Amino acid sequence: MKIKVRRFHPRFDPPSIDMEYEVPDGLVLLEALDLIKSQRDRSLTYRSMCRSGVCGSCAVRVNGKEVLACEYKVQHGDYVEPLSVVDVIRDLVTDKSKALTTLARAKAYPLDMAQVQMSEEDIKLIERQSDCILCTSCYSSCPVYEEKPAFLGPFALTRVYRYVADKREQAKKEHIDEVIEDGIWDCTLCGNCTEVCPQGIDPKNDILMLQSWAAKFGHFNPNMSSFGSFGLEF
Amino acid sequence: MIDLLIVGSGGAGLSAALRAKELGARVVVVGKHYPTEAQTSMAQGGINAAIDPEDSVAQHIADTLASAHGLADREVVELVCQEAPEAIEWLDRIGTPFDREGERLAQRRLGGAKAPRACYAQDYTGLKILHTLYDNALKMGVEFVDEHFLLNIILHEGRAVGATFLDIRTTQVRQILARSVLLATGGYAKIYGKYSTNGFGSYGEGLAAAMRAGAKLSDLEFIQFHPTALAQSSILISEAARGAGGKLINSQQERFCDELATRDLLARAIYEELEKGLEVFLDITHLGEEFIEKNLPQERKLAILYEGVDPVCKPVPIKPAAHYTMGGIDVDRDLQTSIEGLYAVGECSNAKLHGANRLGGNSLLEVVVLGKRAAQKALDGGMEPQESEYERTRMDRQFIHTLFGLPNKIDFMERREFLSKIMYRNCGVVREEAGLKGVLSVIRQHQRELAFMGIKDRSQLYNSELVQFLEYGNLLELSEAVLVGAIQRKESRGAHFRKDFPNTDDRNYLAHTLFWKEDGVLCADFLPIKDNQIK
Ligand SMILES: Cc1cc2nc3c(=O)[nH]c(=O)nc-3n(C[C@H](O)[C@H](O)[C@H](O)COP(=O)(O)OP(=O)(O)OC[C@H]3O[C@@H](n4cnc5c(N)ncnc54)[C@H](O)[C@@H]3O)c2cc1C
Ligand code: SF4
Ligand code: SF4
Repeated sequence: MKIKVRRFHPRFDPPSIDMEYEVPDGLVLLEALDLIKSQRDRSLTYRSMCRSGVCGSCAVRVNGKEVLACEYKVQHGDYVEPLSVVDVIRDLVTDKSKALTTLARAKAYPLDMAQVQMSEEDIKLIERQSDCILCTSCYSSCPVYEEKPAFLGPFALTRVYRYVADKREQAKKEHIDEVIEDGIWDCTLCGNCTEVCPQGIDPKNDILMLQSWAAKFGHFNPNMSSFGSFGLEF
Repeated sequence: MIDLLIVGSGGAGLSAALRAKELGARVVVVGKHYPTEAQTSMAQGGINAAIDPEDSVAQHIADTLASAHGLADREVVELVCQEAPEAIEWLDRIGTPFDREGERLAQRRLGGAKAPRACYAQDYTGLKILHTLYDNALKMGVEFVDEHFLLNIILHEGRAVGATFLDIRTTQVRQILARSVLLATGGYAKIYGKYSTNGFGSYGEGLAAAMRAGAKLSDLEFIQFHPTALAQSSILISEAARGAGGKLINSQQERFCDELATRDLLARAIYEELEKGLEVFLDITHLGEEFIEKNLPQERKLAILYEGVDPVCKPVPIKPAAHYTMGGIDVDRDLQTSIEGLYAVGECSNAKLHGANRLGGNSLLEVVVLGKRAAQKALDGGMEPQESEYERTRMDRQFIHTLFGLPNKIDFMERREFLSKIMYRNCGVVREEAGLKGVLSVIRQHQRELAFMGIKDRSQLYNSELVQFLEYGNLLELSEAVLVGAIQRKESRGAHFRKDFPNTDDRNYLAHTLFWKEDGVLCADFLPIKDNQIK
């Protein structure tokens, strides 16, 4: 069967072209890319490491949707592209570094952990959020991140929520204060991130949870308050 | 000036980085991928510590020494096992979401352990430890340099003063200098290519670079094969499947071994079936969908994807695959290599914790405990290097330039695949003199032919073929030493099994194998273990 791959190299003319490759049936996309590279086209460029869905390096888009190349079975006629929104370096390789800076900006790390007993239920509260593999698929799908590069973005916010929801974390308010600007209120709750996450994480819901924590600490949704003086809410 | 340059961002590199930051040092972590793309993310089973009331530190030490078959350093084993509970407490304190059973840390029993000893976080133990370490590294202001490939260690008057790297994005060579250098580049089990459970990248360049710089390596022939990897993709099926009652059967529907035997015995039993031309399957169908979905969801998904078999309905085809490398850069108890200023820790090193065979759950423990120790020792031994561009850097720049000019008459990817196949067959689970010598001569042939190989992709932008070619060159250099070790050790011990010498021979081989280069030529010798460290 045939698949098409969008190639990109800034120095080539034109920089972007679609190339078609014949691949055998039944392959996982990463196997297909490896086959093309070793036998057909050495210049095809992509990332991979674990081939088992945990390192987060091989996220691409197939027919417009974000997938891990190591977890997607190739179908005839598939169109493979790099992640969107983030900058493309070459072919399927994108620049993750800008998206990763949102982690430090959002202080998506423990601030003040106390030694408290944790129970099975306490761990359950942060189990899913801590499955994140930083594959960047969610940023690729996020319409707000696309419009506004300063937006903290889904995986950073999920990670902040992971620490807010952690019973050991004492500095919950400080965490919330860090995600007010360019953070939780900017999200339109469109749910794209949730739909594409290969780990079944629900950043949209985590953002909702952060919003309700924010309300508890006296932060108001600025998008709602413009009508506040009339005592009405639309 | 950078106080500590760490190469590698796995569990070992990041534990070291955090400790160094605690000590107030300036730390830079360089890796060939992004930080959380290290192989540590793949560890599923757990991390060992004697905290269960049924368990004791003494038992942990005894189990580790038993598995090591005489090649562990008792002092190192004691140190690591004693510090294990504190290491788990530390990981917990900085946020690792270990599973709980009621209010206690949940622990499971892995092969070779006399008690439930492995703390875990579902099937994502390594992933969650690695990401927690990373979060804390961001918090502490550890500096990261991503997608830089280690080329060589820079020496000045016999001391390591930094390293050279290829910036993968731009194909530029740059040097990074530091008061001390710590290698945490992981193991080399991927030299077995598609006969390895490891991720792409574990080819052992850190070891090869250390050897080129004059450091000693040791015990390279000890490579652990995991008995149950998927037949096509070599993706690991965890021990939990057998622990829960999974059966091993061959294509004649016969059972041929005790499923709960140790990894090396099972790997051999399975390999022998395969050698007879039979297939081997892991049958967990009787465990039921509910159990499998709850306990082995990842494995189920991957078996369906890569083998086209749903383990709920049908037995899954398996084979043994190279999984963990006990050998590494030889280090003393302070994790210092034989070169001043150069330290090594984690799977790339041989701190003599695992000896001839590693216990499941002990390597994550090693990377945390010894990672922190290495940082401290490396900082103690730091010295300000002279700031200038070193000759090594110019040579490496020239070297990369030369690679683009190679004729590319022989395809290195084909060679790499061929080599992995004969490595697996002759220097794998079962070894024999003639086969080993054959592989060694192939490796030397490949080494001579390197100058006729080369790359097709001429681009300077993110040239991943160039990276693979560099990995291949390093792999050849290291594999030669692995073979020499396997040939010289005319006995069987732990993971090293010689069909022609099936017994352990303490009189001649209760010794570490040492490897080093003199004027570019590989040398090897045994270092007998003197005092009675086994008992
Ligand atoms: C499938 C699987 C399951 C496992 N399960 C367990 C388990 O349950 N329990 C357990 O204790 N152990 C387990 N192990 C073993 C354990 O995961 C490893 O031994 C451990 O994670 C090694 O950590 P490390 O920090 O030494 O190296 P790694 O995590 O491999 O990190 C190496 C780092 O070095 C970098 N690097 C390598 N080469 C270069 C270069 N040339 N230039 C620049 N950077 C470089 C890499 O990018 C990476 O950042 C498992 C291993 C595998 C493969
Ligand atoms: S939240 Fe999901 S999609 Fe986003 S980086 Fe993490 S694993 Fe990937
Ligand atoms: S729900 Fe919010 S964070 Fe997720 S994709 Fe939509 S706008 Fe972005």
